[in-house]
Amino acid sequence: MVDITPADAVPPAEVAEMELYHPHSWWTKYVFSQDAKVIAIQYSATATAIGMVALVLSWLMRLQLGFPGTFDFITPEAYYQFITMHGMIMVIYLLTALFLGGFGNYLIPLMVGARDMVFPYVNMLSYWIYLLAVLVLVSSFFAPGGPTGAGWTLYPPQAIMTGTPGGQDWGIILMLVSLILFIVGFTMGGLNYVVTVLQGRTRGMTLMRLPLTVWGIFTATVMALLAFPALFVACVMMLLDRALGTSFFMPAIVEMGEQLQHGGGSPILFQHLFWFFGHPEVYIVALPAFGIVSDLISTHARKNIFGYRMMVWAIVGIGALSFVVWAHHMYVSGMHPYFGFFFATTTLIIAVPTAIKVYNWVLTLWRGDIHLTIPMLFALAFIVTFVNGGLTGLFLGNVVVDVPLSDTMFVVAHFHMVMGVAPIIVIFGAIYHWYPKVTGRMLNETLGRFHFWVTFLGAYLIFFPMHYLGLMGVPRRYNELTDMTVMTESAHHLNSFISIMAFIVGFAQIVFLFNLIWSIRHGREAGGNPWRATTLEWQTPETPPAHGNFGKDLPIVYRWAYDYSVPGAKEDFIPQNIPGSFAPSREPA
Amino acid sequence: MAVALVLVLIVVGSVLFHFLSPWWWTPIASNWDYIDNTIIITFWITGVVFAAVVLFMAYCVFRFRHREGNQAAYEPENRRLESWLTVVTAVGVTALLVPGLFVWSRFVNVPGDATEVEVVGQQWQWSFRLPGKDGKLGTSDTRDVNAENPLGVIATDANGQDDVVVEAADLHLPVGKPVKMLLRSIDVLHDFYVPEFRAKMDMIPGSVTYFWFTPTKTGTFQVLCAELCGQGHPMMHGVVMVDTQEDYLAWLGQQQTFAQLSAPQQMGSAE
Repeated sequence: MVDITPADAVPPAEVAEMELYHPHSWWTKYVFSQDAKVIAIQYSATATAIGMVALVLSWLMRLQLGFPGTFDFITPEAYYQFITMHGMIMVIYLLTALFLGGFGNYLIPLMVGARDMVFPYVNMLSYWIYLLAVLVLVSSFFAPGGPTGAGWTLYPPQAIMTGTPGGQDWGIILMLVSLILFIVGFTMGGLNYVVTVLQGRTRGMTLMRLPLTVWGIFTATVMALLAFPALFVACVMMLLDRALGTSFFMPAIVEMGEQLQHGGGSPILFQHLFWFFGHPEVYIVALPAFGIVSDLISTHARKNIFGYRMMVWAIVGIGALSFVVWAHHMYVSGMHPYFGFFFATTTLIIAVPTAIKVYNWVLTLWRGDIHLTIPMLFALAFIVTFVNGGLTGLFLGNVVVDVPLSDTMFVVAHFHMVMGVAPIIVIFGAIYHWYPKVTGRMLNETLGRFHFWVTFLGAYLIFFPMHYLGLMGVPRRYNELTDMTVMTESAHHLNSFISIMAFIVGFAQIVFLFNLIWSIRHGREAGGNPWRATTLEWQTPETPPAHGNFGKDLPIVYRWAYDYSVPGAKEDFIPQNIPGSFAPSREPA
Repeated sequence: MAVALVLVLIVVGSVLFHFLSPWWWTPIASNWDYIDNTIIITFWITGVVFAAVVLFMAYCVFRFRHREGNQAAYEPENRRLESWLTVVTAVGVTALLVPGLFVWSRFVNVPGDATEVEVVGQQWQWSFRLPGKDGKLGTSDTRDVNAENPLGVIATDANGQDDVVVEAADLHLPVGKPVKMLLRSIDVLHDFYVPEFRAKMDMIPGSVTYFWFTPTKTGTFQVLCAELCGQGHPMMHGVVMVDTQEDYLAWLGQQQTFAQLSAPQQMGSAE
């Protein structure tokens, strides 16, 4: 049963409104800005720029894999540098930064009805340290020896040894320093997001009236604040091993016939620290996507999200559970095999709240009024790719099934589908959805549909068949698949096909970037609320929202975020700041 | 309409690809068909869920697409439905997990009659050591590795003297006998992986890891390194030949023991 809250129940303001920092010059307004919206755009632009580098790296990898021996400049060293930087950039510097630094900064204050983040100055520092982290990362391309080629997991001992590109040069050092900087910068931003959600909400905005986008970003941020310290200490310890010759992760080693001056360290310890961060990281990327896609589906199907409370608890539950599943990345790492029983069980349990989310998305479509707008198309594509990638997770999470499949192309296909393609598709949907709020103009529809179809179908054609290469036994992280007895002739053709699709999908992203830039001036005027959405960011007096977001008075919230198609209401949506009961607002109490 | 059709085509295409494409696992040559069976169970359960969700979505897109005058239903929650779906999912997950854990317990518990074989990985080659007549492998230490003693066998350990050392050459195994592979590395992480055997495990410098299997087919199988170990990683191939008992013994007879390898001068002068 759904409890009925009086629609106009609004608690009084507990604290006076905070004083807003006002910029004095062009520099403080657009460059060293303390406005979360400007910081969001800075984060997004930087993440997109470095993401383009990672995209180009993936092309280079696919050139080598699809057509081995054709491109002499892609040496084995270069190949490993490409995969390492591609992976690290995509996971940390693009996805994490864009979801939390980009969408978090733009949407949290607007959606909870705040004028800005609660610590605007620290928020600004967060971006500049992130930028510094990106620059340090990029500098490793120009350092002697090039960037590290240790794989994005940076497993020691090889990460800091001569046999790995950048291991005894600058590459690994710059990578570790960059990660440390990233974590420092992120922590500043992350504390802001958490405190703003907890303390900065406007009157009437109870936690259970928050849009799921905010729930997703909020929970992901809390997780990131708990998970990143593990990576931080791992980076510091490896840096000490590399620079000062300590042996946190380094046992006695004979390298090319020479005894190294290390001893007593544990390579497995690094893996535990890395994945204690690394697994929550998957959900740090996924939860904002879950939240955003819930709002996209609800808005564009003109229907309340189905099972809001269950959706909130699923987000929180997934967030908590994701801290006790990390060693499923280590089933064949040589850790004690009995861990397998525990981690397989926890890992498969996490499938239950995840499945509930999927059901609730598709049940929101059921008896909806589905507008097949571009954001909705991306939301549908997300469900397809996420369900596909999530289900192959049931293979890899089930410890004994992981044994033949781990370290093969099956894993590559799985994690690209579930945490590459699916979240990126949500990012695209979200950009098509919120671009009109950020710029005041719509993105071009024709280019958008072209971008959608090529990206969605192309990505599916890349990663779905790739699973079967892994099933065949083709290992990942090989720069050449020639001379391998398990690979049939036709499998090599499949591999070339995957490469060609990768170039096509990559090309579509350039069309998308063009659309982003072109539409700033030439897009159709959007108005304040083109999607007829209920949440507060669409109710701002100005579009794009001005400094301070909401004009003279902050909005007061009277209802949950999902009053679409309320029976008896004049229109098919009732914004959160509209008082009165057109009909009982049957929001869950 | 087009969108609903594409969603249906994705399901149909994926299912057809699964059954009709020539890309499938390499024929098995060990006792781990249990693992293959678990994979098949997983394919069925996940395949049905994937098809059901995407087809349901296709139906919704077709049936509830926006047309003039449509209004969406207003239904915030449906506890009964949500509980049912949770229970059904939990049952499905259990159906995957239980056989998985059952097979895992077989995988980690080595039968008592398994013969120990040591694999030593280094950048970028495979070496092997088999117990001699005493049936025991001598202890080893990376600190003892040098040009004369490439595997770091501890010279003072009597058990190690008769160990058969196969340096950077092919490993032979007798068909039908369970073997416990003891895995060791002297430099970085490696992973001993033969796709036909299905089993694999990382090798960690400073530790000894293991897995076991029984080869069920004679033949030559390629060993791949499955853990990134530096720029020579993709070239780190090896060979396991599964022989009949007779051929295996013939091969074993030609191999040298640790004592023979480590003291060639003294041996020569004694003769």
